[in-house]
Amino acid sequence: MSSTEAVVEVASLVKRYGDVHAVEGVSFEVRRGEFFGMLGPNGAGKSTLMRMIYQVTPSTSGTLRVLGMAAGERARAIKQRLGVVPQMDNLDTELRVMDNLLIYARFNGITGVRARQRAEELLVFADLVEKRNVMVDELSGGMKRRLTLARGLMNDPEIVVLDEPTTGLDPQVRLNLWNKLEELRTQGKTLMMSTHYMDEAERLCDRLVIMDHGSIIASGAPQALIHDHLPPLVIEARAEAGEGHRLEDAAGKLGLDAVRSGDRVSVFVDDADAALASLRGQGWRLERAFVRPANLEDVFLKLTGRALRE
Amino acid sequence: MGRTRVIDLRSAARVWQRNLWVYRDRWYYGLLPNFFEPLFYLLGLGVGLGYYVSSGGQFGQDYLSYIAPGLVAASAMNGAAFETTYNVFVKLHFGKLYDAMVTTRVNMEDVAVGEWWWAVTRSVIYGGIFLLITLFFDTPLTWRLLLAVPAIALVGYCFSAIGLAFTSVIHIIDVFSYFFTLFITPSFLFSGIFFPVQERFPVSLVWVAQATPLYRAVRLLRGIINGHWQGLGYDVVYLLVVGTALGVFAIWRMQRRVIR
Repeated sequence: MSSTEAVVEVASLVKRYGDVHAVEGVSFEVRRGEFFGMLGPNGAGKSTLMRMIYQVTPSTSGTLRVLGMAAGERARAIKQRLGVVPQMDNLDTELRVMDNLLIYARFNGITGVRARQRAEELLVFADLVEKRNVMVDELSGGMKRRLTLARGLMNDPEIVVLDEPTTGLDPQVRLNLWNKLEELRTQGKTLMMSTHYMDEAERLCDRLVIMDHGSIIASGAPQALIHDHLPPLVIEARAEAGEGHRLEDAAGKLGLDAVRSGDRVSVFVDDADAALASLRGQGWRLERAFVRPANLEDVFLKLTGRALRE
Repeated sequence: MGRTRVIDLRSAARVWQRNLWVYRDRWYYGLLPNFFEPLFYLLGLGVGLGYYVSSGGQFGQDYLSYIAPGLVAASAMNGAAFETTYNVFVKLHFGKLYDAMVTTRVNMEDVAVGEWWWAVTRSVIYGGIFLLITLFFDTPLTWRLLLAVPAIALVGYCFSAIGLAFTSVIHIIDVFSYFFTLFITPSFLFSGIFFPVQERFPVSLVWVAQATPLYRAVRLLRGIINGHWQGLGYDVVYLLVVGTALGVFAIWRMQRRVIR
């Protein structure tokens, strides 16, 4: 589905604030039509990277091209063809729903009938037709998020940039937003999303980079990433209080790959039954252990020794 | 990464338009006080206090007509000051509205210019209404009043730039009380609206009063309304230079605060 044309090209990109290294030399490409993700914990540099891409943060060094245009120099032209859904809803609370859409069309140079038609279409897309004349503060959290998404689509952008779009939303509201994003993908839009939710990245993204401390520590398609770094299954076991590290050692001695967090030990295995049998053979009862497929959260844990959200 | 320094006037106009849309929905809340404020000042100070002030002052006028042009200038100042302080601060900090605007074709420099223009618009509305009200209190209806409108805009231009510059450097909203108590209020009282400062100020301090922008604004409005043109060119240049210098500074600072 995706072509090989790179719509975002990032090379050795660096952003420092004084001594703080927010983004430390990242390189990647986003191809037209793909759903590209950035997964990482808070403070990994995802938002800074996104802000550089949508032209509101100047980089310290490195190169960044969006739609073939150099960042900074062609900021206006880039922004005109980009849709942005920021992390926090910054809707215009002094304007009504419809006017929020119309004024953003104007900001991008779209006026008159064209702006109205586009706003009508997007009210339908965002399920906000009945709310058109309502003030923004009267909307629910999910409605505000959908309006923010609709606002970002007013200029019919080629690339939609979403910074943690579902943070703080109820589960069913998240699901609803995911459906909207998948709809955009089938329309052929390129989507870039940052998230610290493993399930969101795994479900939506064609390809993603995992970030930590301003750097990319792994990249690829979600399943390939898991496959490259881990065996397919994980045994989740809980040791008796204070026994966690002993269980970890025991797994290690059996040649198993294990990561511990408190008394919870995750053991990465190809054959779960065999591994459980050998551990039990050593006297571990592991009554509450269960087996599940490995996921992106495990990849992050494996690479950094930390959980995505701590 | 190079920044696009050139201001896009169409983008600035759209930021101005956004404010117009908000005003369009709620102008009736703000407009009525705009009518009453001058009325109260003119009645209280002009008609009330003026009775006890011996007439025949500077231009042989009564006290009411003496203070009226200065009050017009002061209302233009107040309109500009409120718009560029509290209103801009809230959009900058709490609403994060500018962060949203700059994700479009609009750059932060355009936003700052649009807000500046809007504040000038507000001060023309404030000052213009005040001017209209003074017509009921002995201000002569002459062609010169047409010149008073651009003069009010110039006063708004200068004070909007001052307000924006102040807002662009502070981080805590309470600091505005310094701006109003230590700058706007003394300007109002000691810039020649109510008495000729050169007659009542110690000689060594007259220059302080004369250096304030409101002193220039009051001179300009009084000169135009009374048809005394001498030296008004200096006042125009003063307001233009101070306004432009602080406006450019404010644009630069606001750009740095949002684009970071």
